[in-house]
This record gives sequence, structure tokens and C-alpha cells, in this order.
Amino acid sequence: MTASTAETPESPTEVGEALAGASYLADDTVSLVAFLAQRLGRPILVEGPAGVGKTELAKALSRASGRELVRLQCYEGLDEAKALYEWNYRKQLLGIQARATAGGEDGEEVGIDEIFAPEYLLERPLLRAIASPEPVVLLIDEIDKTDQEFEAMLLELLSDFQVTIPELGRVEAETHPIVVITSNDSRELTEALKRRCLYLWIDYPEAEREAEIVRLHEPGIDEALAQRLVEVVGQVRELDLRKPPSISESIDWARTLVLLGADDIDEKTLRDSLSTIVKHRSDLDLVAEKVGPGLGRGDRNGTPGG
Amino acid sequence: MTPERPPARIADRLIELCGELRAEGLAVGTSEVLDAALALESVGWQEEEGFREAIAATVAKSQGDREVFDLVFDRFFFRATEAEALVREPDPEGAGTGGGADDGALAELTIDDLAQAVTEAIESGDTGRMNELARLSIALFGRDGERSGVVGVDLQRIRRGLGISPGGEGAGPDPEGRRLFERQLRRELERRQISSQGKLPPARPLRDLSRALPVRGASDLAQVQRAIFRLKRRLATVGHDPRQGGRGRTLDFRKTARASLQTGGVPLDLRYRPKRPRKPEIYVLCDVSSSVSSASTFFLSVVHALHDSFRRLRSFVFIERISEVTDHFLRERDFAAVSERITTAGGVADVSGYTDYGRVWSEFLEDVSTDLGPRSTVIVLGDARTNGRPPGAGNFRAVAERARRTFWLNPEPASYWNYGDSAMAAYAPSCDGVFECWTTDQLEDFVDLLARNGGDASVHPAALAKPGHRF
Repeated sequence: MTASTAETPESPTEVGEALAGASYLADDTVSLVAFLAQRLGRPILVEGPAGVGKTELAKALSRASGRELVRLQCYEGLDEAKALYEWNYRKQLLGIQARATAGGEDGEEVGIDEIFAPEYLLERPLLRAIASPEPVVLLIDEIDKTDQEFEAMLLELLSDFQVTIPELGRVEAETHPIVVITSNDSRELTEALKRRCLYLWIDYPEAEREAEIVRLHEPGIDEALAQRLVEVVGQVRELDLRKPPSISESIDWARTLVLLGADDIDEKTLRDSLSTIVKHRSDLDLVAEKVGPGLGRGDRNGTPGG
Repeated sequence: MTPERPPARIADRLIELCGELRAEGLAVGTSEVLDAALALESVGWQEEEGFREAIAATVAKSQGDREVFDLVFDRFFFRATEAEALVREPDPEGAGTGGGADDGALAELTIDDLAQAVTEAIESGDTGRMNELARLSIALFGRDGERSGVVGVDLQRIRRGLGISPGGEGAGPDPEGRRLFERQLRRELERRQISSQGKLPPARPLRDLSRALPVRGASDLAQVQRAIFRLKRRLATVGHDPRQGGRGRTLDFRKTARASLQTGGVPLDLRYRPKRPRKPEIYVLCDVSSSVSSASTFFLSVVHALHDSFRRLRSFVFIERISEVTDHFLRERDFAAVSERITTAGGVADVSGYTDYGRVWSEFLEDVSTDLGPRSTVIVLGDARTNGRPPGAGNFRAVAERARRTFWLNPEPASYWNYGDSAMAAYAPSCDGVFECWTTDQLEDFVDLLARNGGDASVHPAALAKPGHRF
């Protein structure tokens, strides 16, 4: 069931610690699912709001396990030729010509089989992940951006870790990749795909954990300020915004505050640096109006009408 | 640490649990059950959290599934432990289980002290203490001979006695903690009832109520998704009409020439260009006025699901005027956000907030109907209540004639149609089908009917309506 060469971790705690070592603070559920994925050899389907560290999880897994990260960024219109493999037809043409000139009279011998050989194959991320002699982490990012047809194509790969190339036959995985699939939930994924995956929902972390994450990525910020920052971000997230601030934006904000030399967040600092966490014109106004006034005076109830 | 293999009986339990999950509408296949069993082998299954998360990761494949899973999981294991306890110590006499130990403490305890302690426990969020206090309060109120034997009634009484009824003036500051305490109270009461009666009460299905209008239940949204997915399959083949047969086919000259080589250059075998199945274009018009406010949440979720499945879909909402909201659905994913934006910023209500069908049809005809063609399917979601204004049936007929098919889904029971200001009769003749549709089941019926009447372009009007209410 599990791959031969990759050593699998013994417990969820071990995975959690390894991830922490790769500067990713995983909660219990995340480390449990990451652990199960390696034990059962199943892909992980990660969903959650934008910017909670779905992609980062794959990167951290790759750092933690010392595997190479193979990334497939999905977009609308992505097809097999870009994701799986493609025949390098220019090289094939050249190959035929070269043989024809070199071989002279037995130029007829150039068989079809010869030009459909692995050396004329352009490996795209999925095939590369499968064919790699070293175990890898395969990240299929934002799968909800592709068509449902593309999902169907993935099924063979995800359940059997093999790819069928009509001219060559089956390419089976030599090592078992850890597969992480992320989705921003912009459409419902097919049942068939979900059935093959372990499901993981990552939400915004609790305040304490987020403060830890912020301090991990921006060591220059002091504890009290990090706490305060996370609190304010939490308030901002509760507003009905077009795009609530993500964790990476909290980190950016922490960096901004450190650069500005701020030691507390008051109304003015918020106004000056707001654009690092809020990215829409209407959101900016809303946050400035609802959160801003509460900061200066320390009371958070009551919003001025207007 | 290598976790030991779970005992064999856990597999039976797992299968039972998955059976219950299926009954609640989760798609749990055999492969999921296998995965869950494998997962339990490699996780320390003695701890509740790991155990729950391991099963959840393998079995619940979306946020909605997860919500249902948590409810079923709690119910299942609560009942399982109770059943086990009954088997081990069949003690029908022990109506007051564990009562003996508490008696000493009970003697000098007053209700006020208890209420005080409960508030403290809720504030500190100490679940262990809350559990203890829940037992204590049941024992205390039981001592005063106020046990009715009906869980709901007892719960109410204790809640009132302790002054923690929701919204009451003595309500604690933390509603979350209060709810937790209540859950424990309820569970404890149920436990006592089970042990006093010596048998388990029948399991309550989770979604008895939500059979009516699915409002925001995530699993209901998922049901809508599934019905829509089947609708998509059905509509994808529309336009690929087998009866058209040989008419209008175009010759593929290259293929014919190539095939003729086999017969010495004589084109015996004619080849035609394959017919591409045409993609359907769907126009959804959704009434969002106040008369259908509860239904419009459902309808918007239908539209939302349709957007997942169809790329060539244009959606409109209307009250007094009509407004295209395709972009809103494309941009915004979160259902709550979409419905919020549409009902506030859609620009559909003018002054009165009452539906004006006549105006809606004339606007739709003017702005959009030139885009309607033989591939278009128009689906109207509305109650056809005109508020006494002219129904504009002529314009609606013009719309319906341009489209290939027109369907009307009405959120009211068919028996209400055509009473009062409902103008269903004016519209029904122009439609290829009118349906009552206020549950996901009915939505599925609609899809089924479409599927059964496949090749025919028309579904008999009112095919779903009961015999007495035909037009």
C-alpha cells in the first residue's frame, strides 16, 4: 500500500513536529490528515478560505519530508498536454530527418515505434511526479479552476498512481507521491474525485495560533503587538467584506508595522497601513469606519453613523 | 508508537455508523468505509478526537458533510454507549442512577447556590464541571419531585429554575457556553430516561423538519447541487435530436474521398460531418419579492448550483423590474454573500417591493429575448402572484415562443394556484411544463420528469399537478 522507498511517519504528532520544523504550525487535525495521507497513500483535498495556508501546507510537507515539490497550477482551459505529457513533435520530425539522412538507403527503417519513445516525450508536472525516481510532493493547486473533464482525467492518476500513454503503455509510479489538492470552493468538485481523497478543511486559525504564526514569520514583532494585531484582524474578518484578510496578509501587516516602528495599533496606524490587509475600495471604507474608531479610545462599541 | 489494531468489533460499529450516515444523505461508499477502517489502524483510536477526525477525513468530503457527520457521530456513539450500558447492567430499578453518591451534597444545596455555580462554570468554560453540575441539577430537581419523565419538559423546568433560559434576564453573558451546558443537561436527562426505562428510544432522524424549505442547511444545498447535476446531464443532450435523422447533414468531403480509395476511387461510402451536440443556454429568472421570501432562498440556491454546472447560464432576479445577476454569481462564491448582495444591490425593487410580472416580461422581452434561440431553455422560479397588476401573458408567450423550452417552477402547492392574485393559468399554456417546487425532492422530480420525457421537446403541462388542479 505504501511506497517502498519513502519512510512513513509513525504518528500524527511526528508529522506535526516535522511541519513545525518546516515553519508551518499545524493544528491536530491538519497533522492527523497529513499523517493519514502518507499512511494510506491517499491524496489530501484541502479546502478553506483564501490565504489560510492551503498551498503552504504542500510546500511545508515538501520541506519537512525533504521531497521535491512538483506543482501544477490549474486554470480554466488546462488540458492534458499542459498537465500530463505532450509529444515533442519538432524533435520527432528532426529525428526522422536525421535518421533518413544518416541511414541513407535504409531510411525506410525509421519506424513509428522509434519516434514514440520516451526521449521524445515532454513531461508535464503530473507525469513528472509519477515518473520521478525520488519520492515527491505533488501539489495540484486550485483544482476548482479547471473543468470537470480535467478532474476525470486525474482519476486514474489519483487512485492507482499511474498514467496510460497509448503509444508507450502504462507508466506506474516508482515511488508514492504525497498529493495535495487545493480548492477554493468556487465550484463543487465531482463525487468521483472526492471519493479518492481525504478531506481537510482549514479555517482561519484561533487568535493564539495566528499570533504564533505571525511571530514565526516576523520575529521582529513583539508579543503584545502580535496579539493586538491578530485581535484587530479578527474584528476585520467579522465584518462583511468582499475579501477578508488572510493569514499571509496578517503577516504582511506585521512586517509593515515593524517597518513603521509602531508599538501599538491605533486609529492612525490602522488608516496608514490598512491597505496591506484590505484590498477593496469599499472594504477599506467599511473597515476604517467600523473598526478604526474603536481602536483609538479603546472602546469598541458604537459606530458613528456616517 | 505503533497503535495496536482496533478490535474486530469496531469494524461492525463503523459499518453501522456509515449506514446511519448514508441514511442522512451522505454518499459513503464501500471504499470510504475501507479507508476509515485503514485510517483507524494507523491512528491511536483510543482517543476520541483522533478517532473522530480520522473517520471524518475519510468519510465526510465537504464542509456540509462534516456538519452532518458531527451530529450523526455524537448521536451514534451516545446511543451505542447507552445500549452497551443496558446490556452490562440491566437495572430497571435504578431510576436514580448515581443518586446515592450525590445525596450527601444535595442535602445542603440550594437552587441559588447551584445557579451561581452553573454561571461560573459556563463563564470559565470548564466542560467537566458543567457535566457534574448538569447531573447535580437533575438530581436536585428530581428530589423536589418535579420530574415529568419527558426530556423536553424537564429541561425547560431546570432551565427556568436555574435562570439560564435563553434570552431570560438572568442569562449568562456567554450564549455558546449556555448552549453547551444545555446539551449536557439534555444528554444527562436522556441517559437517565434510558436507564429507567431499560430501552433505547427510537433514533430521531436529523432532518425531519428541513424536508420542507431548505433554508441554509449545508447538506440541503448539497442536495440541490446533486439534483442540478442531473439536470445538467439531461440538458446536455438537448439539441441532439435523433428524429432529425438524415436531414441537413453536411458531407465531409475529405473523409469521403479517403474512404473511396478502398473502392478504387468510387465514393460508395459517404461520410458526413459529425453533429456536435449543442450546448444548452439557460436563462433563469428568479422572483425575490417578499411574497416568496422564504422560497427565494431556496431558489437562489438553485441558481447558485446551476452556475456551478453550466457555463452558458444567465441569471436574472426580479421584483418590480428585472436585473441580470450573472456576474454576481460568477464573482461571489459564498452563498450567503450572493443572496445578500442580490437582494440589496440587485436594483430590482423599485418602490413598492411587489412583484410586477407584466413589467418584468416586457423588460425581459426588450432586453434579452433577441439572444433567445432554439437552444435556449428558460426557467422561471416564481409564485405568479401579480399583486393585481396585469400579468402580461402576451409578452411571456412571446418569450416562450422564442426559447426552445420554458419551464415554470412555483414554490406554492398546486392547490393554491389561481386563487387570489395568482395568475398561473395565464402563463401555464405558454410553458412546456409547470411544477410545484418547494423541496429538493420536488426539484428532483422535476429533473426526473425532464429525463423521462427526454426526446420530446415538451412535457405535458401540469404533469405533476394533482388531477383536481389541472388547467
